[in-house]
Amino acid sequence: MAFIECKDVSFSYGEGENRKAAVKHLSLSIEKGTFTAVLGHNGSGKSTLAKLLCSILLPDEGEIFVDGMKISDENLSEDDLIELHRKVGMVFQNPDNQLVATVVEEDVAFGPENLGVEPAEIRRRVDEVLKIMDISEYARHSPTRLSGGQKQRVAVAGILAMRPSCMIFDEATAMLDPQGRKEVMETIGKLHDEMGITVIHITHNMEEALEADRVIVLNDGVIALDGTPHEVFSETEAMQRMGLDVQQPTKLLHELRLAGVPLDDGITDLDACAREICRFCAGKKQ
Amino acid sequence: MLKDITLGQFFPGNSLLHRLDPRTKILCSILLIVAVFLAKSALAYGVLILLTAALIIISQIPAGTVFKALKPLIVIIIITAFFNMFFTGGEEENVLADFRIWFLHPVIRVEGIVSAVKMALRIVLLILQTSVVLTYTTSPIDMTDGIERLLSPLAKIRVPVHTFAMMMSLALRFIPTLIEETDKIISAQKSRGADFSSGNVIRRVKALVPVLIPLLLSSFRRADDLALAMECRCYRGGTGRTRMKIMKMTAKDFLFILFCALFIAVRFLPMISSSALGITGMNFSF
Ligand SMILES: Nc1ncnc2c1ncn2[C@@H]1O[C@H](COP(=O)(O)OP(=O)(O)OP(=O)(O)O)[C@@H](O)[C@H]1O
Ligand SMILES: [Mg+2]
Repeated sequence: MAFIECKDVSFSYGEGENRKAAVKHLSLSIEKGTFTAVLGHNGSGKSTLAKLLCSILLPDEGEIFVDGMKISDENLSEDDLIELHRKVGMVFQNPDNQLVATVVEEDVAFGPENLGVEPAEIRRRVDEVLKIMDISEYARHSPTRLSGGQKQRVAVAGILAMRPSCMIFDEATAMLDPQGRKEVMETIGKLHDEMGITVIHITHNMEEALEADRVIVLNDGVIALDGTPHEVFSETEAMQRMGLDVQQPTKLLHELRLAGVPLDDGITDLDACAREICRFCAGKKQ
Repeated sequence: MLKDITLGQFFPGNSLLHRLDPRTKILCSILLIVAVFLAKSALAYGVLILLTAALIIISQIPAGTVFKALKPLIVIIIITAFFNMFFTGGEEENVLADFRIWFLHPVIRVEGIVSAVKMALRIVLLILQTSVVLTYTTSPIDMTDGIERLLSPLAKIRVPVHTFAMMMSLALRFIPTLIEETDKIISAQKSRGADFSSGNVIRRVKALVPVLIPLLLSSFRRADDLALAMECRCYRGGTGRTRMKIMKMTAKDFLFILFCALFIAVRFLPMISSSALGITGMNFSF
């Protein structure tokens, strides 16, 4: 069984007339150690899916398994729930609203403290993750004085100190400036490449999705597209129909292809696009 | 502009008082408050004044800064002294001044003056001692931790000590964030032509409504986000929670507590007889 396994999962908010389906008969499996990006327009059910995976919400129908444990169970014991939260960490959009302490290192220690880890071991883990996240120099600072990107790295460090095997980023880059985004994306790369952590990155940003192994596009609570970034971004029309803005280079190549120029339109990178056009033009001259 | 408000009065430093365990400092403040209230003789007051001066020197905080702590309470000190001066009974022969204003008949007696001076001195000593021993030399977060650990025995009789400590530290964490947000909202309203600085009081209070309502709404949102983030970080109240920082009382802590406890003995310092001061009928007791 894959690390995360959703079987025919449905979830609705509200009751009676206000009932609104947010996730509909969704089946999904995510392998351990992979990096998955989740795209979708506002209200397509991305956050709802993330919350279902953490058992913050319980599905109305269907089953969810995480690392072999059935989490879509109303009678899940508190200890199992804590273990799930330890295993699957979440980083949220607003960096200010997820930091709990007035000192960076205290905040990072919050998770392990809740888990009842020995003080000396907490100290070791905190120093270690601060170093990995490259924020050791701010250990004694107040988080309010840090930049957005730094705050998000503190949040990641706080999760990392719990030794998770999976991390879900729910639009963790949405409120950041380009520099902050870059920092967080580098961090995500590190978690995935070097530490082997399973990453699920929910985003509106196509460029960020490109860095993933797999892209899933949600549309009104169902999976509309699922594949490698190359495969998904080739579906230019479907993407645009779902209100997702495809990048300029992809759009250009797609339009050219429609006009009868045989180009590869899964390309999203500006340089690669230029090279592709050059390659084609060079081929034509000969 | 609101950002300039400093929270608490903590002055970071490395003096003996800074290095003491917060629990020691809380206990010692209580001991010193008791000592001040027990003092009766002029000699006792003299000893306490010397002690306060010594504490200020040990704290390595500039005396000018320490005395600033008195500023907000100066009115209270004056009013207390004033009432003590007129409303302390005493012997007819000790009347120093006798006013007749309409039907009022205030009289100043020696006893009144003595009691006014004592009262004022008490308040001043209380404020100076607690600021130097506690508020100026203990960071708010250490203070919260100290209170939590001091009161932890009460948790056995179901007093929610941990919950209150958590609430306090979260409040400390979010005050700067909310202040920053208030600033932003005020600027936003100003840019739409809101006027906060003219008109009478009612008008100005009314002008604040469009600031407070968005602030309130966003605070609820923050609280929601924060609760979710805390749940995802395995928080389940105080049960099974450990702490990274180990608080340890060392020899210097016990010595300091003993030292402060000694001053309770000022109660037994001899009265200086009134005849020695050359004023008949003067009595230092209450
Ligand atoms: N607490 C709630 N109560 C009622 N309806 C909700 C609630 N949260 C979300 N919804 C609805 O469920 C649907 C899916 O919401 P969800 O937050 O999962 O979307 P999303 O893809 O994360 O969107 P965004 O990109 O804006 O974050 C939306 O239509 C939304 O209006
Ligand atoms: Mg969302």
